[in-house]
Amino acid sequence: MNLHEYQSKELFAKYGLPVSAGRVARTADEAVAAALELGGDRWVIKVQVHAGGRGKAGGVLLVSSEAEIRAFANKWLGNQIHTVQTSEDGQPVNLLYVEELTAIDRELYLGAVIDRASSRVVVMASAEGGVEIEQVAAETPEKIFRASIDPGLGPQDFQGRQLAFRLGMQGPQIVQFTKLFLNLCRMFDDLDCSLVEINPLVITTNGDIHCLDAKVNIDSNALFRHPELVELNDPTQDDEREAQAAEYDLNYVALDGNIGCMVNGAGLAMGTMDLVKLRGGMPANFLDVGGGVTVDSVSQAFKIILADPEVKAVLINIFGGIVSCADIADGIVSAVQDVGVEVPVIVRFDGNSAEKGSRILANSGLNIITATTLPEAAEKAVAAADSMVPA
Amino acid sequence: MSVLVDKHTKVICQGITGSQGTLHTEQAIAYGTKMVGGVTPGKGGTHHLGLPVFDTVAEAVAITGAKTSVIYVPARFCYDSILEAADAGIELIVCITEGIPTLDMLRVKHHINGTSTRIVGPNCPGVITPGECKIGIMPGEIHLPGKVGVVSRSGTLTYEAVKQTTDIGLGQSTCVGIGGDPIPGTHFIDVLRLFEDDPATEAIVMVGEIGGTSEEEAAEFIANHVTKPVVAYIAGVTAPKGKRMGHAGAIIAGGKGTAEEKFAALREAGAQTVNNLAEIGELLNDLNLQSS
Repeated sequence: MNLHEYQSKELFAKYGLPVSAGRVARTADEAVAAALELGGDRWVIKVQVHAGGRGKAGGVLLVSSEAEIRAFANKWLGNQIHTVQTSEDGQPVNLLYVEELTAIDRELYLGAVIDRASSRVVVMASAEGGVEIEQVAAETPEKIFRASIDPGLGPQDFQGRQLAFRLGMQGPQIVQFTKLFLNLCRMFDDLDCSLVEINPLVITTNGDIHCLDAKVNIDSNALFRHPELVELNDPTQDDEREAQAAEYDLNYVALDGNIGCMVNGAGLAMGTMDLVKLRGGMPANFLDVGGGVTVDSVSQAFKIILADPEVKAVLINIFGGIVSCADIADGIVSAVQDVGVEVPVIVRFDGNSAEKGSRILANSGLNIITATTLPEAAEKAVAAADSMVPA
Repeated sequence: MSVLVDKHTKVICQGITGSQGTLHTEQAIAYGTKMVGGVTPGKGGTHHLGLPVFDTVAEAVAITGAKTSVIYVPARFCYDSILEAADAGIELIVCITEGIPTLDMLRVKHHINGTSTRIVGPNCPGVITPGECKIGIMPGEIHLPGKVGVVSRSGTLTYEAVKQTTDIGLGQSTCVGIGGDPIPGTHFIDVLRLFEDDPATEAIVMVGEIGGTSEEEAAEFIANHVTKPVVAYIAGVTAPKGKRMGHAGAIIAGGKGTAEEKFAALREAGAQTVNNLAEIGELLNDLNLQSS
């Protein structure tokens, strides 16, 4: 689960990580009021969306008058922002964050991730702040310093000091940074984070260390023990169809092609998409109906796939393990009748009751194309989709 | 011969009285797996599916002598269940459950590191040595005792690979589903090492997917330590960056973990790769192994 910057900073403040005073605003009036309340004569105003790259897209602005605040709010609120990290459609802007201005001397990077290779939380720091850390990692990996956290011992002071010295900090900054490092690790552990990123972490002109941006992702699987974090979820930032699918325990990801895919199992779903591409087509989506497929979930899956107007054919690939292909066949027949599917449906069954399932489809009188092998199914789906597209 | 489990393996089930535990224990018994008991706290002393139920894993181990446990308890309880199994001296823990918090796995792995306990999973189909021992949710009937070792991060994709090796008559020595989570208990490398040392395994099928670098690590291991032929497939060529594809671990993060990188690493290591998952069997056929 992704959090907004303002939510992340509220958590930072609770954990003693230094952040600027700021206020959330839903309207231009609220944004102006927030600035007045914060005081001063210059502020930073930022759109709140679940995507990075806001600055380059014009979603972050230094403002010094009510008119500028209103202009920014009117430009963004209720509109979409398109950044390098969003889809073509962009992300909807419903919230702004107004912050006190920070006078910056240096920009650094600090982040914590779960390192899969070592099975540990790793804190990464770099003096190259404010830029994409992936770019630093790819081009100048020696500029990223790491501290690997022992799950038994937790983070240690010396690890914080080591990073601070490597970042070129001096004097009281060493103690400030070490404290920040320890608090960051404590928060990561307490809240079941999967990612915390401070980019940039800055040294102010007064020499203090300060978190200018904040990005926090929470492990969705751990939300059962963090009811207070569940409330921070902002569904407006999720893809509508992905959210709808999740309600029915379906895993759905929208893609750019025109062949809708419905598969049981995540790996097989990806394998099916890959085969569609190998046969000259493009998948319209990833959709895993999961292990406990039911008539209802098949019907929901159809609705979600067909909500994409680009879809010109639907390819269903089921390898029956525990679940019987005959049951799935019944589900498909009933769903095709209920939903009123206008595009060709290609079905390939294998495993548990595959033949029986194929017979049910063949005898249904519906326009369902069956295939015995996966490559055959992929070819038929590509051909069917091509025939639906006017030349 | 086989790896991890065989006809002598005594297995207990943690969560045996739950719906998943019941369904799959029934199927395991029907397959011939030596199920010797189950654990559900508070139901000790009763019987379920004809097996004794114990309150604690320690008691189950003391009375049945089992060294292998399969876990079907809900995700939020898995951390505790795994630690209980490890504490009781279980040597092989197969955790089927999906959705365990990542930090729980990280702590559990750290705890068992250096001990004789091995975890397979979580979020996996399990382990099967065809004709001898089935631990997990895979359909038994698609398997055939034989000579191909199968290791995979995915469930149904494993079944595809298994069925192809069955259809061409080669069969499988053991199939190990290591699971789709970012922090698996057992990695490709661990299973490759077992297959390399197993006389019954003559060829290896490795099924990977996007996310992480365990396929790259496997490639390095194959180049240096594996003499048996390896056929590899990676799912997710068409997966977009930054999107989680069903499995918690299947995500291209920061441009890393793409299928292309993994294919390239495996090819370079001398593995034979297929772009089409339906061609795994064909490629194995070309190796001219004798049918079982």
